[in-house]
Amino acid sequence: MAKKMAIIATKGTLDMAYPPFILASTAAALGYDVQVFFTFYGLQLLRKDLSNVMISPLANPAMPMPVPMPVMVQMLPGMESMATMMMKQKLKKHGVASLEELRDLCLEADVKFIACQMTVDLFEFDKSEFIEQCEYGGAATFMSFAGETDICLFI
Amino acid sequence: MNFDKELNARNLSCPLPIVKTKKALNDMTSGQVLKVFSTDSGSVKDMAAFAEQTGNPLLAQEEANGEFIFYMKKK
Repeated sequence: MAKKMAIIATKGTLDMAYPPFILASTAAALGYDVQVFFTFYGLQLLRKDLSNVMISPLANPAMPMPVPMPVMVQMLPGMESMATMMMKQKLKKHGVASLEELRDLCLEADVKFIACQMTVDLFEFDKSEFIEQCEYGGAATFMSFAGETDICLFI
Repeated sequence: MNFDKELNARNLSCPLPIVKTKKALNDMTSGQVLKVFSTDSGSVKDMAAFAEQTGNPLLAQEEANGEFIFYMKKK
């Protein structure tokens, strides 16, 4: 029987969007059955349009910057967009797949995406903005799979 | 070494060399050999781990001009 992996994806920023998709696509390639439960800000990763998934240097002191940047400067309008653009260029230059590509690879490999229904209701999200290949469920739905996994991660 | 199919995974970072190897193997028949080109130094360990976990034997690997070449047999 195939091994199983479950991931709980709770973050919606560019840097935190990569680990769930990288690990899910890799595990699927290794023959694992994989499910990812997207909850709270993680739900942003199921949007059809991922262009609003960004990275901020603010409160992110570990982020390598080309020049030292005081927090006062990081607060300025447009800094987040600029940091996101620079990060995406860097990812591309190093041959790292885009989030869209990694997500498609997951779907192609039958990774199951579950969107947290409670979060959808809480933030009054419009389901039409999310990809059609996800199911909606709650913690119990996820647990029935997670309880039998070999690897279970909270990201 | 003889091979049946070639995969160009140059200039791709983790996890693409592995995921694309898996996809290439899907289209092959048992016993066929896939030759993979990669420039990702992490793929050396990853390809070995992939082979071990999926049971597709890694027949040989070479390094030349900053490139890594793998020969993997489909189980």
